[in-house]
Amino acid sequence: MKAKPVIPIGPYHPLQEEPEFWKLVVDGETVVDVDVRIGYNHRGIEKISESKSFDQSIFIVERICGICSSSHPIACVQAIEDLAGIEVPERALYIRTITQELERIHSHMLWLGLAGHFLGYNTVFMWGWKYREPICDIMEMVTGNRQNYAMHKVGGVRRDIEKEHVSYILTRLDEFLKQLDILKGAVLDDPVLHTRLEGIGILTKEAAIEYSALGPTARASGYDIDVRRDHPYGVYDKVKWNVITQEKGDVFAKAVVRILEMYESARIIRQCLDRLPDGPIDSKPKEIPPGEGIGVAEAPRGEVFHYVKSDGTNSPVRHKIRAPTYMNFPTFRETVIGETVSDATIILAAIDPCYCCTERMIVVDDSNKELFRAQELVRLSQEKTARIRERFRMKQ
Amino acid sequence: MKIAEQLFLFLVFPGLLFSATMGLFVGWIDRKLTARLQWRAGPPWYQNFVDFIKLALYKETLVPHGAPKIIFLGMPIVGLAAATLVSTLVLVSNVKPHSGFIGDLIVVVYLLLIPPLSLIIGAFSSGNSFASLGASREMKLMLSYELPFILALAVPIMKSGSAIRLGEIILYQQSNGTLIASFSGAISFFAMLLCVQAKLGFIPFDIPEAETEIIAGPYIEYSGKALAILKLTKSILMFVVPILLVTLYFGGLAFSAAGIVKTILSYLFILILMIVIKNTNPRVRIDQALRFFWTVITLLAVISVIFAYLGY
Repeated sequence: MKAKPVIPIGPYHPLQEEPEFWKLVVDGETVVDVDVRIGYNHRGIEKISESKSFDQSIFIVERICGICSSSHPIACVQAIEDLAGIEVPERALYIRTITQELERIHSHMLWLGLAGHFLGYNTVFMWGWKYREPICDIMEMVTGNRQNYAMHKVGGVRRDIEKEHVSYILTRLDEFLKQLDILKGAVLDDPVLHTRLEGIGILTKEAAIEYSALGPTARASGYDIDVRRDHPYGVYDKVKWNVITQEKGDVFAKAVVRILEMYESARIIRQCLDRLPDGPIDSKPKEIPPGEGIGVAEAPRGEVFHYVKSDGTNSPVRHKIRAPTYMNFPTFRETVIGETVSDATIILAAIDPCYCCTERMIVVDDSNKELFRAQELVRLSQEKTARIRERFRMKQ
Repeated sequence: MKIAEQLFLFLVFPGLLFSATMGLFVGWIDRKLTARLQWRAGPPWYQNFVDFIKLALYKETLVPHGAPKIIFLGMPIVGLAAATLVSTLVLVSNVKPHSGFIGDLIVVVYLLLIPPLSLIIGAFSSGNSFASLGASREMKLMLSYELPFILALAVPIMKSGSAIRLGEIILYQQSNGTLIASFSGAISFFAMLLCVQAKLGFIPFDIPEAETEIIAGPYIEYSGKALAILKLTKSILMFVVPILLVTLYFGGLAFSAAGIVKTILSYLFILILMIVIKNTNPRVRIDQALRFFWTVITLLAVISVIFAYLGY
């Protein structure tokens, strides 16, 4: 049997500027098989976190992902609060919710721009990212940073929202919503986008449940899950909002879900600012007792899960993190196979993959035989350099 | 003496040197306008020249292992020669409408086919899987846009008394008014505009290059001088194809004071129209492009031919 040609997407590919490798086995332009390899950028965050104190481990998990730098810390502090039974002041919960929703808007906007870029629609890319600016400005006002907010701590938040900031936030939010209306019209009413995105990469509801898809990926397939409603944290149970679902499960449905979710997020932020109670923002806990805790948060891409185990010292003995993209990756077998290479790229991007969250260490297990030691890898690398040098010397 | 004159026409004015300079400049208009549409600042006017000099003089030209060197490096030159010849033919016919020969329009159509064909051969010879995917897409795209392109081209020919000569079309329009003003001419122009969009590899028909899918496709293995030549070919085509449209539908280039203004305006109209289409559409899939050209655009072209036959 003849081996089928392989189209490699990655580890370095202009589609996604992150090291990730998809092996698309193709027959002509049709994808017949897909394989994914992760682990090019493994940083060992869980292990690092276990060697740091609880406060420092929040700093570490914030750096798992530049985009979800509110969701990971929230899940982490909730895990620690769960294990220690810490009460969080009401005002801090409101502020946490506001940062979460701001993060969701900016992440969805970022995805929308990138999706345009993947389709060769660079105007949407540039406009989307420009429209995201007001949100980043609000973030800077609320947390002090445009990215990597450093907002959350065990027992509360680090920064308060001043009274005079509220009107600024509302004006910028209005400005953003006006621009979002324009972009929504440009994206959802574009006939070319419809023909390009509708009916491709369909993930059925059954498949979404079977593969345990999360977040907008699942909701676009009609699988109605949302951590914010199912296991409320922050003040999500105290404000009015809707879980957006779509039935079709194709790439277009995923785009629609994300666009409509931005409106819901804006609604939540408004209500939170309206009802922001007075009071402290930090309960200043002192001791973390032994025990186990679980924290979940709805990141823009789906459920983030943190598990923390403590033995009474000042650092966790086990810190387990599961990011949503890790659960969404396997759905590619359902969505990509049978599509063409031109559609494969946008389908791969449609789950809004976040690689740094997903990185896992790869163990090459060749029946307990030792493959390479560090010394040998260095030797191999030096040999290759010598070979390349030799080749170029011969050419000149 | 005759040969020297011909060589001057081909190599300096209005051939290689002139069209290359203009092409790189028009490329800047494209980049600047695209940037402004996307709320970016855009490059300074000399950016394309600097890019070209960098590629041609300072960058290494690599040939992939196992690629036949002559074909791989020769094909860009073939494409450049064809593009230059197109620009020479079209511009000379515009300056001297009585020169030229019967059937020079057919020669132009054939020569316009050579740059993509040479790119396809060069890409296949490189042996890269992305390049061959891009080349096969380029081939499918050619198949799709050539039919309506030639059908639409029939309208100016029929209108100008079935002389297949660029000069004849210009002379006809000088005495009878521009073709775009006629009903069949307008439909034919519209069909032609979209075919040309595909010919130049602009979005929504930049399927063969598709940076985010197949990493620039046919161009992937090219570097240094060869890449510079390929980019130059593209720039020359970008300069000359709108001129071809001006010649066919807007009465050609005029050289009186009022005529120059009108010429520049109609040229910019076509160019800006193409750039705006390019920036307000996502890339389509190759099968969608094929369907689009063979149904909608071919139908439009056929309608325009029927109206031209009826005399509208």
